[in-house]
Amino acid sequence: MTIYVIRRLLQAVLVIFIMTVIVFFGVNVIGNPIDILVDPDCDQACFAAAEKALGLDLPIIEQYFVFLNNALEGNLGNSFVIGVPALPLIVERMPATLELALCAMIMAIFLGVPLGMWAGLRPDSISGKIIMGGSILGFSLPSFWVGLMMIMIFAVEFGWLPSTGRGETVTVGGIRLSFLTLDGLSHMLLPAINLALYKISLVIRLTRAGMREAMHQDYVKFARAKGLSTSRVILVHVMRNIMIPVVTILGLELGNVIAFAVVTETIFSWPGMGKLIIDSIQVLDRPVIVAYLMITVFMFIFINLVVDLMYSVIDPRVRLQGIKA
Amino acid sequence: MTGLVKEIPLVEVLATEEGAVVETPFHRFLSGYCESNIAIGAFFGFLLVLFLAIACPWISPTNPYDLMQVDIMENRLPPGSARYSDGMVYWLGTDGQGRDMLSAIFYGLRTSLFVGAMSGIIALFLGTTVGLIAAYFGGRVDTVIMRIVDLQLSFPTILVALILLAILGQGVDKIIIALVTVQWAYYARTIRSQALIERRREYIEAAQCLALGHCRILFRHLLPNCMPPLIVVGTVQVAHAIALEATLSFLGLGLPPTEPSLGLLIANGFDYMLSGRYWISFYPGVALLIAIATINLMGDQLRDVLNPRLQR
Repeated sequence: MTIYVIRRLLQAVLVIFIMTVIVFFGVNVIGNPIDILVDPDCDQACFAAAEKALGLDLPIIEQYFVFLNNALEGNLGNSFVIGVPALPLIVERMPATLELALCAMIMAIFLGVPLGMWAGLRPDSISGKIIMGGSILGFSLPSFWVGLMMIMIFAVEFGWLPSTGRGETVTVGGIRLSFLTLDGLSHMLLPAINLALYKISLVIRLTRAGMREAMHQDYVKFARAKGLSTSRVILVHVMRNIMIPVVTILGLELGNVIAFAVVTETIFSWPGMGKLIIDSIQVLDRPVIVAYLMITVFMFIFINLVVDLMYSVIDPRVRLQGIKA
Repeated sequence: MTGLVKEIPLVEVLATEEGAVVETPFHRFLSGYCESNIAIGAFFGFLLVLFLAIACPWISPTNPYDLMQVDIMENRLPPGSARYSDGMVYWLGTDGQGRDMLSAIFYGLRTSLFVGAMSGIIALFLGTTVGLIAAYFGGRVDTVIMRIVDLQLSFPTILVALILLAILGQGVDKIIIALVTVQWAYYARTIRSQALIERRREYIEAAQCLALGHCRILFRHLLPNCMPPLIVVGTVQVAHAIALEATLSFLGLGLPPTEPSLGLLIANGFDYMLSGRYWISFYPGVALLIAIATINLMGDQLRDVLNPRLQR
């Protein structure tokens, strides 16, 4: 087990290093940011001065080593546009995105699992078919369009819910949180539903498939033969078994939710990391783009590592493989 | 249970009460597919969408990108309004520049489907080749290729596409490159797992004993027997590509305004929506939904029919 963890950690370091190369050289191919940043009537001399100030006059290889050196010290460069360090700029926005993503995940579990179990228990009933049809719709609906329609219905037509911003926030340990106030919750509801829609469909399908498979297994028959009530068989015995794939897939999907928050945040003007990256791409703020990418790469590798380790704890077969490898 | 694969060269003769009916694998596939009315409906829905996309220059009421036919004074008209000059009805209203929404949707559908299909075909070709090579040669080649595939699949598609487009800029070719880059790995993984099973079978050994070239064995012997899962993944991925392209265009990173896809039409309507002019975003979204949903529904049924484990 320990060997497996060490191997995975070494792999993670290697991947992060490769990603710094890809990200840095990739992003530095984007058009010249100087053209956007300096005064339009800037002459050659002030152009060169600006280039020097931003460190863009060095050869690109040298720029990379400067970047790598600084990155190891936790400095991912200053934003070209605002002039503040890029890393804190993103970290400051992170709680908003994570809050939204976690809220969406919780919704996906608490709506998706019961619906999926129902559809799995009664696959031929009308309600079961409606749930499955709904899940196909959830897969097919373009999520940004659903977001727009939700704004139109709930914010413009009826005026029930606000459509932009985070609302009132509470500061806990230096982090601003929306979900602790009623106003914040009302701001979060629409974006969270929007983000959760696809995941709810996914969880419904996973749970239903697991449910249909599990109901024919011997342990279910045995539990029934023991005289347990149907609800106990389903909620205790079956539930435990079908949750394994659901938890694993959802763990892997957390990264996807965070990435997809880019779209949701843009629609609902949610001040998270995703909105920041879209804004930065539009003004070619290279250090912010690079810092965002590095943080997400870091985050994904971490999430994947945790999920793999968790899986090897849950499922003994994987654990054996890991030790042999 | 015999796999679907083994049955392909066979032609079974089934005796029925009326007499002998020849049932080929294609017939079996067809009757399996037609078991679901929804799937049949989805197929015809998709044909309709395809027809609209291909025939749009001849059937759409106006050409929305011909400035001579667009009257800026007639912008943001609600659905059902008539054109002042000749009384032509704007069935779905007009957008911010006075373009007929119905025509704009037909043209947008064309762009969206084209991008989805093109990137699907290229990614399929690329992914299949790489996946077959990995499975066939095994060893170090396999390890290296699958490491790259795993690495890529561990990052969300939207993020990778976003970054690529930020680097490459706007354009139809650029978005196809981005979509192919994020999708080839899915095909490669699918075909590899299928090919790993197939390559241990006797017919591959026989082909190798006949000293046929690697290329011939890969594409003439191995590939046809790995098709079923590839078709299923292909349908789902094309739907996914269309949705992804729309999303990226909506974010302003995909197609340029001169070649608007459905995503861009929806984005244009975003500005007018807060003043209650819903139709500029609403109808392109419905068209997008129909295109994606019909493909997904077909993929769903294909999965059931082509899955050997569920063979009835």
